[in-house]
Amino acid sequence: MSATGIESLAARRAGRPDANAPELAADERRERLHLFGLSLPALLVIGIVAFLPTAWLFWLSFIDEGSFSLAHYERMVREASYLRIFWSTFEISAVVTVIAILLGYPLAYLLSQLSERAASLLLILVLVPFWTSLLVRTYAWLVLLQRRGVINDWLQGLGLVDAPLRLVHNYTGTLIGMTHIMLPFLILPTYAALRTIDRDYLKAAASLGASPLRAFWTVFFPLSLPGLMAGALLVFVLCLGFYVTPALLGGGRVLLVSMKIQQNAGMYFEWGAASAMGVILLVATLGIFWGLGRLVSLDRVMGER
Amino acid sequence: MTTRISLLAGIAAGAVLAGAGWSTAEAETTLTFTSFGGAYQKAQREAWLDPLEKELGVRILEDTLTGIAEVRAQVRSGAVNWDIVDLGLGDCSAGQAEGIFEPLDYQQIATQGIEKAAYDSHWIGVIYYSTVLGYSTERYKDKQPASWADFWDVESFPGARALRDYPIANLEIALMADGVPAGQVYEVLGTPEGEKRAFAKLDEIRDHIDVWWNSGAQSAQLLRDGEVDMSTIWNGRLDAIAEAGAPVAYTYNQGILALDCLAIPKGAPNRDLAQKVVARIVAPDLQANMPPLMNYGPTNAESFESGQITQEMRERSPSSPDNLKVQMISSAKFWEENRNRLQEAWDAWKTR
Repeated sequence: MSATGIESLAARRAGRPDANAPELAADERRERLHLFGLSLPALLVIGIVAFLPTAWLFWLSFIDEGSFSLAHYERMVREASYLRIFWSTFEISAVVTVIAILLGYPLAYLLSQLSERAASLLLILVLVPFWTSLLVRTYAWLVLLQRRGVINDWLQGLGLVDAPLRLVHNYTGTLIGMTHIMLPFLILPTYAALRTIDRDYLKAAASLGASPLRAFWTVFFPLSLPGLMAGALLVFVLCLGFYVTPALLGGGRVLLVSMKIQQNAGMYFEWGAASAMGVILLVATLGIFWGLGRLVSLDRVMGER
Repeated sequence: MTTRISLLAGIAAGAVLAGAGWSTAEAETTLTFTSFGGAYQKAQREAWLDPLEKELGVRILEDTLTGIAEVRAQVRSGAVNWDIVDLGLGDCSAGQAEGIFEPLDYQQIATQGIEKAAYDSHWIGVIYYSTVLGYSTERYKDKQPASWADFWDVESFPGARALRDYPIANLEIALMADGVPAGQVYEVLGTPEGEKRAFAKLDEIRDHIDVWWNSGAQSAQLLRDGEVDMSTIWNGRLDAIAEAGAPVAYTYNQGILALDCLAIPKGAPNRDLAQKVVARIVAPDLQANMPPLMNYGPTNAESFESGQITQEMRERSPSSPDNLKVQMISSAKFWEENRNRLQEAWDAWKTR
């Protein structure tokens, strides 16, 4: 751009202010075309792996035995279990998100206040589980939490409880497992956002007489919200489609949309039945985003200017 | 070559299937047998396919599948590669209803010794396995649970329990626990009152079920680790952990027998030969080859008279005449007609 500025300056000096304007416009067009050309592969990939399947999913959900039909949606209205399954999916996702915020935000805050070196070391503790296979971590929880698992052995050995606690194969176990697996998704974006907050703001607040607590709540916390919201949304959306961990730790007591989708695909031998649930889940999620967007500016959360 | 093979095959067929039609001049000489892979398919190879290759002078190739969806895809697209498929009972029944199988040639198949519930026009049962009551022998030392009524009796048999998260088998079990004789279970379950009765009985045990399992491996893990003290489990799964030293046992009493069956996909390239091979596999001599390799029950009762099965195997086999007597056979027809409806009812009950 600066080159262009110099050229047009030169043109103006020569008394012909817009002499090379057509060339400049052509340059800009060419540059845009190049940029478009460079991003074309990515656009194609996104189109093929994201948009086409979603459109196809939408289309399939209206097909039953080869012809247009609302049967898959009618069934969801007719059968009482579907509403309850959707409800419990959103409920558990919300609960996991809240717990993840309560646990993750203080940790992210601590990390952001440490020196880069210390923070990097501690971050490894967040990242190692994050890089470990989901299945391994889920089974590890099973080993820890089950009736004759490590935790119950300790509790009984120390005489704290008489009978083993029911920590897994239920809602509790599902919450523990899901929260553990989701935590890095909250901590990483939040930490990244907290790092960028200028500490001078806090010093300014202190110099104006704010207590540390007040400075945190009125200055630091609002500035950290976009990062926190990004992490929370990521966790919430990932929870909505979570399958493995609730299936293994829920003991059949926690029935989520993902499990019902899997069951439907096998049960009705038609992708349509499963697609319809996927569409409802997608629409409901977008609805929640829209609702949230009215409360908080999503642009800020998504990192746009 | 062809002559020699036809001759050999002709002799074999003549010897085994006296009177069966064998007039095709150009005999089919290879065949693809498709099953679930793993230890099971290895046992099938050793018990049935190897002897048949020698006997019929043919080559039997193998492939694996995971269920009926792949068979349906082949038949619908008109590109059928498989001649014989091994499927679960529900899939066989569904496939027959959908018309994706060739009718079986009961001129060739001798059904003597095979239960009526174990074959139909387009499929035939090839092994039995059973959903049984498995329990911890550590927890129940003096008195062992021996019926579904005992499973429901939380006073006499305290302990953690598990059932499968699935209507099939559980509704039958609930009715038997409520006193319905095994022979009348489907009759009762087929009525709206019977269905209500089954769920009402399940209501009684619901709060005492610690885990609803959803894979065979999980049910085995739960019993092995002492996570639960009794559970429904497939007999083969329990045999495996018992052999590995877990303190567990099971009873066949009121067990629910299910089948794997063989079918010939519609338009199979070597369907004449497939008919012959299916007829031979369900014959007593080849059926008797399976129990020494794996504890799946022969579907042909005559195989227990063949002398190839020891007394010990006989006692453990899910389909030996003594064990067959105390169990019921899962009805493919009932579940084909009611599965989707009852699955929705099950989910509604579970999420209530």
